[in-house]
Amino acid sequence: MTAVLGPVEPPPPQSRAMTWFRHNLVRSKLDAVVTVASALVVGYLLYRTVRFVLVTGRWEIVRVNLTLFLVGPYPRDDLWRPVLAVIGVAGYCGLFAGVIHARQVAVGVDEPGRPVAQRVLDLVRRLWPLLVGVAVLLGLAGTPAPWLVALGVVVAGTLGRLVGGRLPRRSLGPLILVGLVGSVVMIYVLTRPLGWDKWGGLMMNIFLAAISLALCFPLGVLLALGRRSKLPLVRWISVVYIELFRGVPLYVLLLMAGFALGFFVPQSVAPGLVARGIAIFTLFTAAYVAEIVRGGLQSLPAGQAEAARALGLSPVRVTFFVVLPQALRNVIPALVGQFISLFKDTTLAGAALGLLDLLSAADAATAQPGFRGQQLYAETAVFVMFLFWMGSITMSRESQRLETKLGVGRR
Amino acid sequence: MTPTRNRPPFWRDVRVLAWAFQLAVLGVVLALLLWLVDNVRSNSRELNIPTGYDYLDHPASFPIPGSQFRVTQPVRDAVAEGLLNTVRVALAGLVLATVVGVLLGIARLSGNFILRNAARVYVEVVRNVPLLGILTLAYIAIALAVLPEIQNAIELGPFGVFSNRGSAVPWFEGNGWRLSLIVVVGMIAGWFTARWRRGVADRTGKPARTGLWAFAASAVVVIVGWSLGGYTFSTPSLEGRTVTGGISMSPEFFAVLFALVVYTSSHIAEIVRGSIQAVDRGQSEAANALALSGFQRMWFIVLPQAMRTAIPPLGNQYLNLIKNSSLGAVISYFEMTKVTRTSIANSAPAVPSFLLLLVLYLALSLIVSLFVNIANRTAAVVER
Repeated sequence: MTAVLGPVEPPPPQSRAMTWFRHNLVRSKLDAVVTVASALVVGYLLYRTVRFVLVTGRWEIVRVNLTLFLVGPYPRDDLWRPVLAVIGVAGYCGLFAGVIHARQVAVGVDEPGRPVAQRVLDLVRRLWPLLVGVAVLLGLAGTPAPWLVALGVVVAGTLGRLVGGRLPRRSLGPLILVGLVGSVVMIYVLTRPLGWDKWGGLMMNIFLAAISLALCFPLGVLLALGRRSKLPLVRWISVVYIELFRGVPLYVLLLMAGFALGFFVPQSVAPGLVARGIAIFTLFTAAYVAEIVRGGLQSLPAGQAEAARALGLSPVRVTFFVVLPQALRNVIPALVGQFISLFKDTTLAGAALGLLDLLSAADAATAQPGFRGQQLYAETAVFVMFLFWMGSITMSRESQRLETKLGVGRR
Repeated sequence: MTPTRNRPPFWRDVRVLAWAFQLAVLGVVLALLLWLVDNVRSNSRELNIPTGYDYLDHPASFPIPGSQFRVTQPVRDAVAEGLLNTVRVALAGLVLATVVGVLLGIARLSGNFILRNAARVYVEVVRNVPLLGILTLAYIAIALAVLPEIQNAIELGPFGVFSNRGSAVPWFEGNGWRLSLIVVVGMIAGWFTARWRRGVADRTGKPARTGLWAFAASAVVVIVGWSLGGYTFSTPSLEGRTVTGGISMSPEFFAVLFALVVYTSSHIAEIVRGSIQAVDRGQSEAANALALSGFQRMWFIVLPQAMRTAIPPLGNQYLNLIKNSSLGAVISYFEMTKVTRTSIANSAPAVPSFLLLLVLYLALSLIVSLFVNIANRTAAVVER
């Protein structure tokens, strides 16, 4: 005789909110205490922050000096040049995205026919910190000109994207070439009214970071290859270079470039301040890039290079077509992290070399006749940090996206 | 036919080429270095600036706030004082940043919604803003603004004075050697206490609480020993517009320390979080199965294993912290960069001063790397 047990009653259903509440806030008595305590602290900090942003903060100084913060003392009559540059960069980014998308459709990574609304929504989800930042800037500006610039950026980006999607598939190489030539033209157009030593604001930081980034990357890769080289002298020179630059502070190197570089080169060829800054940022970051790339090289199984050699590739081809592409793919997050810190470290150029970068411009604003003695340092510093946060967080989110897309860590 | 006949001509011999290439690289590097040195020589001669280190014996002729340093003392002593200030802020920063960072890293993985997200927001915000901005804010908006001015300083009798010109708490009076000695004695006492507690725990099965006992024993030995030895404590007091006595903290020191701890802890938190996630899940499940408490699981099972993967990147953060302390110069905290800048402004030659500064930073970095390597070797899994 067998007794068949009836189905067991499920536990009485709890509302989803209740379950979430029990699982996330009060798992135990101690957890409840933690919840209350942290809620008090977080609530207080939130209250102080919101109060500062909306009530006590005197943001007039930021509103008045918005142009100073963005481009420094750049001649106001020539502002069309940076505007043109921004719109050009937006159009180029659109083109690039379009070509990449076309390639991805061709190899079947991405499907072609997603609705436009969904694409825009994706873009907003990806770039929301940047969009929030732009919204804040537009809100502070209060004149129609910045809105027109923003509109131009959107239009240029969209146009570029549409054109890029229709370009032939093999146009990525020429496009990169166009980008390089375009950067040179851009710098030429921007330096026409004032030499770059007289630039300032966020433009200076972006410019310092971008040029140093472009220069430090090849040097870093070379140093990494040198450190892994079988030739002892080359290896030792690379090791000494890397360890020396990693062992000393960037700020001291920049100070040295400001005070003592004149001694190391003949008086006649002593470079300007921005050139000194770029040189130091490049040399310094290259050492860190080298260590990151070395990590990537070490993570690659030796079989890859051996197989390439067995196929009869020359050593240079083995390195550049087989080893490096895979090694670099593996270290994208670390490289982006390094570039983010390069971007943040450009603030040191202001402190060490006396360039009018964003942070120094903010300092200068507090000393203006209308604002002197009002102790507005907190307002300007917070605003500057917000701009940097906007740039850095966008980069780090994009790198995470790229990481998942390229399947780093997966085979 | 001898085998040598089979060798390719020397201009196609890989070994010859390799050495030729290396010698060429070495030649270029040496030529560059010689060119730089030569430029320094000729430029200095032209400007009549010495290139040697004689300036170290000349009087510094600038004061260092918050120290016993007199303007007539040589530059050498000023640099030593700067080094001391760097080490002071870096050491305090290392300890605090580690504690705060580990706590934040654990909080990021907490089951508690508020705690987890508060830690996440902290890390995501702090990691993405420049340190110099944090430092400026810490100095101007916290160190100088939150504490009252010296006229309205908060005085807690003999236990402390707090103002935006400096804060002080009681401290041991007298020279540092005696203090170091008694602290060492206290630490030895703590070690023996811990051993005794562990023995008791093994015999009776009661919780050992070694950390608590050892700390208490050390503290009692140090304070009682100091008092029995007839030495006194120095208490802070307000004299006019300066704080004297006790161990004092200038607003600059506070700002540098605060900024370094906030910035570095956010990086350490990410490292700790990654390492905790790298520990096999089975470890904490086993700890749960043994009915260990949450604290015990973290402290005895998960963290020790997480530390193993965390040590090398932590070491990098420590090196960064030491190097970042040079930013103290921006707000006039007299660490070695500021001392060097000031001495150059007071007619010390720039090139030798900066080279000395670089060597000092390199030395500090090397010492820290050494300790990190030792820690790494101790913590590493002993493999067959």
